[in-house]
Amino acid sequence: MSEETRELTCIVCPVGCRLKAKLVDGQLKIDGQTCVRGEKYALEELTNPTRTVTSSVALEGSALPLLSVKTRTPVPKVSIPAVLAQLKHAQAHAPVRVGDVIVRNVAQTGIDIVATRNAPSA
Amino acid sequence: MIHTDVLIIGGGPAGLAAALAARAQGVQVTVLERDRDLGGILQQCIHNGFGLHYFGEELTGPEYAQRFIDRLEGSGIEVLTDTMVISLSADRQVTAVSAERGLLHFTAGAIVLAMGCRERTRGALNIPGYRPAGIFTAGSAQRLVNMQGALPGREIVVLGSGDIGLIMARRLTWEGANVKLVCELMSYSSGLARNVAQCLVDNDIPLKFSHTVVRIHGRERVEGVTVAAVNEKLQPIKTTEEYIPCDTLLLSVGLIPENELSLMAGVPMDPVTGGALVDQSRQTGAPGVFACGNVLQVHDLVDNVSREAEIAGTAAAKYALDRRPAREPRWLAVTPGEGVRYVVPQRIDLNTLENGELDLYFRVRGVVKPATAQVKLGETLLKQRRAMVMTPGEMEKITIDAAKLAQAGEALSVSVTGGKQ
Repeated sequence: MSEETRELTCIVCPVGCRLKAKLVDGQLKIDGQTCVRGEKYALEELTNPTRTVTSSVALEGSALPLLSVKTRTPVPKVSIPAVLAQLKHAQAHAPVRVGDVIVRNVAQTGIDIVATRNAPSA
Repeated sequence: MIHTDVLIIGGGPAGLAAALAARAQGVQVTVLERDRDLGGILQQCIHNGFGLHYFGEELTGPEYAQRFIDRLEGSGIEVLTDTMVISLSADRQVTAVSAERGLLHFTAGAIVLAMGCRERTRGALNIPGYRPAGIFTAGSAQRLVNMQGALPGREIVVLGSGDIGLIMARRLTWEGANVKLVCELMSYSSGLARNVAQCLVDNDIPLKFSHTVVRIHGRERVEGVTVAAVNEKLQPIKTTEEYIPCDTLLLSVGLIPENELSLMAGVPMDPVTGGALVDQSRQTGAPGVFACGNVLQVHDLVDNVSREAEIAGTAAAKYALDRRPAREPRWLAVTPGEGVRYVVPQRIDLNTLENGELDLYFRVRGVVKPATAQVKLGETLLKQRRAMVMTPGEMEKITIDAAKLAQAGEALSVSVTGGKQ
């Protein structure tokens, strides 16, 4: 049974624990985490990595030209280019409140794009 | 002349948290903010990673700011935006200007300094070359991209691996630019490890440690940069010079607390932090003047800014309420010991020290792995904490029981020892 060790940095919180992942008898064993989320992150990262995408979209009807947004929950890493491509053409309309859905089911991920700031009407 | 109990200079995360904490003490609070909107630097920090400690949730910068801005509603806190403070005196008189209201004069029972910081520039670095367009500090580029929708360039080199440079390397890549390289003078990143992972590794952006930019090429517009490796004295090694074509250079080379007003008021400063010398309540050497957030010490986590600001805001309110003359302070110095660059607060007033936990914030001089942090009163060990690694780019905290300091005579020191990388 081969034993390779992958080193990765957990990105769940600013602590950034340095993790070591080993394949032992067909099972992934994680070391170095200081909380349960770290183990979950490492397992996901090595099987189906996801990321929260934060960006901005054109905003109409407000003093600001842009609205900051994010994917409500993390999307598969491979879908990031498609998410960004769709955001490039998205348009938000003031008034907007934090959490408002700006794009539904972005890039067929099943995940919405939501506003991360308030934008009152001009 | 307008009088207020607590006047807060700055409406970013520090100013907002300080304002809410002061108001909770029942005093009149006024916040002066020079930008059009509240939120300070958080407005342009549209990435996430904020609030994990304070709210137990991971938020983006604007969401974190909005949580505090929402609490201002109905609080009775007076907020003046588009209003810039241009002078501050030791006796707490403030002059501010605003297009709408003209020249304003305030006197305050207490002042909270929450002006944040600004970025070190190319001029401060003295990189040789002409003055072509295309050189930006990473924060300026961030504001352009995230708030104005302008792309600073298409072929980018970043100098400095601080968090702002790392975040912008990803942001610009996501907006279609080609970030060719991040150069870091030191042998380690001053940013969070998670940012190196999710910004550079994720996007296959090369990171060269012990490298710097030695020349900028181009007259009207940046055409390229020459980078070189540096030796252990941080001097460039000529034989390692390499030309990299690019049209934009981003500088992420340090933040400087914005203390012009503090200096104007004669507030004593700490040359290591670049901010004021403070006691445990965040009161500076100027009576009734408190400081918190990036203007006091450059923070990595806004959660710590909020906590620090609450200490300052509460103390400022109590100072404004307390009509009795202040007791003579009984100082206990807090000194950086082995391996530690600075500690905040730099001193403790034993006469105003409250019971309970006392947090000491510090940064190490170099990477220590593994690390043992110790707080000693004279030679007596009060507290010890071990960590896998401590690095200058990540502010640390160690908590002691204030009761142990009641009869203290000697200085308190914080030191860090351990293995080196």
